[in-house]
Amino acid sequence: MPPIAPDPPMQNASLISYSVACPHRAAHKEGPMFDHHATLKKHFDALRTTADFFSLRYVRESGQYLSVRKNVAEPPHLNHDEGVMLTVRLNGVEAYAATHDISLAGLQAALERAEQQALRIKPHALLDLRAQQVSSDVADYLSPELNQPFPALSDCYQLLGDESAAVPKDERLVSWDVSLGLTQVEQIYLNSAGAELRQAQRFVFPGVSVTAYDSTDSQTRTLGGTNFGQQGGYDVIRRFGLVGAAPRVADEALQLLLAPNTPQGPRDLLLMPDQMILQIHESIGHPLELDRILGDERNYAGTSFVKASDFGHLQYGSRLLNVTFDPNIPEQLASYSHDDDGSAASKQFLIREGLLLKPLGGALSQFRAGMGGVANSRASSWNRPPIDRMANLNIEAGDQSLAQMIGGIESGILMSTNRSWSIDDARNKFQFGCEWGQLIENGELKGVVKNPNYRAISAQFWRNLSAVGDASTFQVLGTPNCGKGEPNQVIRVGHASPACVFSNVDVFGGDA
Amino acid sequence: MNDFKALVQWLTQAITDKEQFHLGYAAEASEFVRFNHAKVRQAGQVQQASVNLKLISDGRHADLSITLAGDSELDRQRLAEGLQQLRETLPLLPPDPYLLLNHDAWHSHNEQAQPLPELAQVLAEISQAADALDLVGFYAAGPISRGFASSDGAFGWHQANSFNFDFSLFHANGEAVKASYAGHTWDSAEFARRLQQARDQLDFLGRPLHTLAPGQYRAYLAPAALEEIIGIITWGGFSAQAIASKGSSLQRLYAGEQHLNERVTVQERISGSLSQAFSSEGYPRSDVTLIDAGQASGQLVNSRSAAEYGLSANGASGDESPSALQMAAGDLAHADILKQLGTGLYISNLWYLNYSDLPAARLTGMTRFATFWVEDGEIKAPVSTMRFDDSVYSLLGSQLEALTAERELLLSPSTYGQRNTASNLLPGALIKRLTLTL
Repeated sequence: MPPIAPDPPMQNASLISYSVACPHRAAHKEGPMFDHHATLKKHFDALRTTADFFSLRYVRESGQYLSVRKNVAEPPHLNHDEGVMLTVRLNGVEAYAATHDISLAGLQAALERAEQQALRIKPHALLDLRAQQVSSDVADYLSPELNQPFPALSDCYQLLGDESAAVPKDERLVSWDVSLGLTQVEQIYLNSAGAELRQAQRFVFPGVSVTAYDSTDSQTRTLGGTNFGQQGGYDVIRRFGLVGAAPRVADEALQLLLAPNTPQGPRDLLLMPDQMILQIHESIGHPLELDRILGDERNYAGTSFVKASDFGHLQYGSRLLNVTFDPNIPEQLASYSHDDDGSAASKQFLIREGLLLKPLGGALSQFRAGMGGVANSRASSWNRPPIDRMANLNIEAGDQSLAQMIGGIESGILMSTNRSWSIDDARNKFQFGCEWGQLIENGELKGVVKNPNYRAISAQFWRNLSAVGDASTFQVLGTPNCGKGEPNQVIRVGHASPACVFSNVDVFGGDA
Repeated sequence: MNDFKALVQWLTQAITDKEQFHLGYAAEASEFVRFNHAKVRQAGQVQQASVNLKLISDGRHADLSITLAGDSELDRQRLAEGLQQLRETLPLLPPDPYLLLNHDAWHSHNEQAQPLPELAQVLAEISQAADALDLVGFYAAGPISRGFASSDGAFGWHQANSFNFDFSLFHANGEAVKASYAGHTWDSAEFARRLQQARDQLDFLGRPLHTLAPGQYRAYLAPAALEEIIGIITWGGFSAQAIASKGSSLQRLYAGEQHLNERVTVQERISGSLSQAFSSEGYPRSDVTLIDAGQASGQLVNSRSAAEYGLSANGASGDESPSALQMAAGDLAHADILKQLGTGLYISNLWYLNYSDLPAARLTGMTRFATFWVEDGEIKAPVSTMRFDDSVYSLLGSQLEALTAERELLLSPSTYGQRNTASNLLPGALIKRLTLTL
């Protein structure tokens, strides 16, 4: 399971001027980029309100999901969505109103609904935000390769069909599909303090999945699960190696079907990046979300084993652990210049040499908790309010090659590609499962094992981090499916990681 | 409904003789209020409406979801642009061998307009009832509309007002109890009763924690805990496509290689439920017995699976998951639960389930909220969060001792993208042996 080669240098996606060329839009009927900006600005300036502060966040999203299953093209699902959220502050009480009616009358009506809501909740409000600072920044942000055309829909289907047809004929291969998701998002944020923030992003998600069955067991192998997503264009498909992947994925599904179960007992655990991202997400990302620590999510997503007083003091992991919030890797899913509350984003160490330093908390949570944080206040769309989310949460590369890490393990197991995840509401006791396992004995990679699972406790697990892979093992990945919040929101998050080794972990297999 | 009808009328005259359409509709006006420490943490309103247009021509079809603006002229224009986009898309596609259309001109209409309470009243009642409590939760309320129309003349409309207050009460020691109050008509006395019920459990949560070692224990799963197990099974468990392609966790049950306890009968029962009686692909939805006395019975079959596997479509959704599941009641009286449990775990809620081994239907997950250690039929102490890892064929098969005679209707509080109308009607389950691992 060699990692994908390090990514080539990419066009830098940074702050640019307003004069943006219109990219080619495949399969979507849209106007030029930011074509609503002038009208929205005019409408925004015409809004009447008694609010101390108000903001407008416009989101337009379009996309397509294409799939070829067992050599049959499934009908495409296309979407086009747009709307606006207006947020007001009246005497320090904040409320929002989201609307699909983006005419001036529609925006004015929504603004008034938000004002009425703020008045209604005032006697019961938890927060007084009169002293909270707001953004007045002006900036644009674009995904890399946004000016490059994306293949036409017929070309996409050809690619998917060719890949599907490359799955070998074997009666044990009972199901497979090859898919391609494409999402384009434009967002315009305006506020009464003068902020004007625009971003245009394109996200690409290639996928392959093959299921093998032998009348007693079934095993599914994929190309990275649902975690091979990046910002960009066709280059994403190329980087993740979709073309030519299906025969290898199918072969690995057959290998798993023939493999013995993962043996039970403590072993050193070598996690590849497409499992590391799940490990980071569940047992570092969620516990460090400041709104969880402040108790907002106790009824749904949960709380955290981390306390506010732990920052600056808690040795979260071994000294090899360096965790960053990094919005600056252009192709990563959650790279941006500003979050959805208008805060400027920059790379920050959350954990350095194992010591916990900063939470994942946006401007509001920082104001509430009286501590520093990062620009991670994010909303899934126009109809949901921003809350603390993971964005790009990464582990910095170390100094060991994959061969060195394997060579340093006496009794261990390599696991890759997440397929099962479960963790308690405080993000401590977890059990994760992978698609692919290979035993490691006396420094050498040995046979394939199926149903590789492991369980541990977050607060102890990261202290067992015993080796961190170098840049040659580092992969930029991410998931479109992080759920949280009330009302519920599912959002894209990026995770980049090298392969890592954890000592003495409880591993086990399945029933079959 | 008139806005939707106007779009259907326009579309009917806009298509050519060779074209057909399906038009789905979803709209809601929602009030969202989240609470932390018994105060309002975040509040707002959301108005949204969208259509899903499927254009069919010459054996090809494609779907386009479009957000509406709420302005009839602009919405017609967006629909016209969508129609044009799909007309340009279809020639790029091969014919679909699994396209199976329902040409029946069925009609379905369900409209419920019970008035919802004023938000100010709800806030006042919650504030009063939660006095001195650490309440955290979420209130969602407002009208929901769903529609469907086809060029063959089918027309379905579903509209209902509803509210869902999903909340937890936290003890100072961090332990908590979860409850909810949901429905069409807000009854102040019923809300006060439910909150008081949760408040009563807080007293038990204040006792010193009982620490359990991993091992096997007798356990009672309250309906909300059983819902988590049923919920993960519905990730493809009853789906015709998942069963055929070996992605179903119940593949061995449907192959006849495994069975569940004869007490287990599970139905998808749309009739009388809160969900619309028609699918997004234009089929009236049928009631289906999925598990009959522990044996596999029907599957959830959408039109695509019907065409691919030679089955009869029964109005299942695109992902063939249930939305109005019922499990048959047993004979264990509510008053006898603790007595029959004897010594073991009383589990109110489970959390974050996933598969340890999907083909073997082996699950793992956590206890969450009020979980108690019971000795000789009496609650002794709350139990710290524990992980279980066990098979459905054990939990609902060989180790299932009893199901309760009373069932609980659990309305989904889910609001991903839009407010969910799914529900589960479930008993509690007494399990002889639950395996805890961490």
